[in-house]
Amino acid sequence: MDVLFRNVRELVERAEKEGKLISEIMIEQEMLITDRSREDIMQQMDRNLTVMEEAVEKGLQGVHSVSGLTGGDAVLLQKYMQQGNSLSGDLLLDAVSKAVATNEVNAAMGTICATPTAGSAGVVPGTLFAVKNKLNPTREQMIRYLFTSGAFGFVVANNASISGAAGGCQAEVGSAAAMASAAIIEMAGGTPQQSSEAFAITLKNMLGLVCDPVAGLVEVPCVKRNAMGASNAVVAADMALAGVTSRIPCDEVISAMFEIGQAMPSAFRETAKGGLAATPTGKWLESKIFGGSVVGSGQ
Amino acid sequence: MKFKSVFDIIGPVMIGPSSSHTAGAARIGRVARDLFGRQPAWAKIHLYGSFAETYKGHSTDVAIVGGLLDYDTFDERIKTAFEEAEKLGMSYEFIPETGNVDHPNTARIVIGDEKSEMSMMGISIGGGKIEITELNGFPLRLSGNHPAILVVHDDRSGCIANVANCLYKYDINIGHMEVSRKERGDMALMVIEVDQTVDVEVMGELRELPNITQVTRIAD
Repeated sequence: MDVLFRNVRELVERAEKEGKLISEIMIEQEMLITDRSREDIMQQMDRNLTVMEEAVEKGLQGVHSVSGLTGGDAVLLQKYMQQGNSLSGDLLLDAVSKAVATNEVNAAMGTICATPTAGSAGVVPGTLFAVKNKLNPTREQMIRYLFTSGAFGFVVANNASISGAAGGCQAEVGSAAAMASAAIIEMAGGTPQQSSEAFAITLKNMLGLVCDPVAGLVEVPCVKRNAMGASNAVVAADMALAGVTSRIPCDEVISAMFEIGQAMPSAFRETAKGGLAATPTGKWLESKIFGGSVVGSGQ
Repeated sequence: MKFKSVFDIIGPVMIGPSSSHTAGAARIGRVARDLFGRQPAWAKIHLYGSFAETYKGHSTDVAIVGGLLDYDTFDERIKTAFEEAEKLGMSYEFIPETGNVDHPNTARIVIGDEKSEMSMMGISIGGGKIEITELNGFPLRLSGNHPAILVVHDDRSGCIANVANCLYKYDINIGHMEVSRKERGDMALMVIEVDQTVDVEVMGELRELPNITQVTRIAD
């Protein structure tokens, strides 16, 4: 199959050589691979963006999951921000609250757009809608934010993994945060190379993160990990825009993430058998939610 | 490359909470339904690895049943799939397995009714993407790097040529193809990996060919 890029190095080189945005390279590749028109592809991404907007809106009104483990934190964060005493700053907290809002909706079996997965669906929209208030992008630039995220996610998915069961949380929230970071750079007017630096800095700081969901639910600690993924993304983007670079190239960080995932014991890869899931409280919550029975059957 | 489209990464639009364990599970169920060709009367669903450990928390069970009822990943009815199944008279049973499998998110779905039975194995590889790895005991050896279709047919001469001709007509190049059958004259199948996406129109035309029982996309 002919593709325009197989790794981040090729993606950045192509964008810089042709003087194009990373989002543009992603759109061109999508047209090439799927034989679809630009309008068609842009429209589908526009619809995905709408789903993200609706999920954040719903989450900010306050939702609760069936288990009762998560919900309502996005509302708490927004109220706290409005009091004007936040320490970490409004943009950062806004990103965090909107990431949380999305994942609270996801945990409540609401409709979301996976970016790259459902468990990590909060980071990309959370950062997008927070940065939006500062940068005032056009609708097209917001859609491009998703293509830039997608371009980096495409590399990770094909060269490493975006599955918690295969590579731990680093593969999900780690990838999502790094993707968001790269997309923030493009929206803020940074270079493709800076996107790559931001991606590398973010993912480096998420390496080793295990997937240890309490009771196997995409709630604890998933929702708050999206919050931290979002803040990681924003801070790393600022670092890269300031001129900070990663000593380890982006593609090598992705390879490292893959290797770490491969070496991770299965207890830490979405089996709910290790880490936070195996703590006394984690176990207690599990038995409270599911009782003794784990076998279900109909009729 | 297993992930080909940007919408594999930014998407699918889906009912939470997990792309691999909910959306992927729904897709596996829906492919089984598609291959069976109608709503089954009963389903026995064997879950392996992470699927077996966490299926309740991720609503994997509800999603697979939803898929068997032909619901897409974003169909709100997934949430009430158990009730819907009961209303429609489809019984289901989940069997968490402890055996080792190649992929952590594996499901074996055995479905049937008074007329026939079918068994299918699928894996959920992340972000909602799935692969079908086995049908009725036939291993489907896919590279996973290209779009692929599965053609179930009666073991008669000319079937393979007809399918190849039809794909040729739409300028679809076959990259890899495997044919197998249980017994001479019995059920047979073709697994065809192609370089281009096979759209609805082509799928429809393939289904109309003589002696073809079912045509399904097993990798996009």
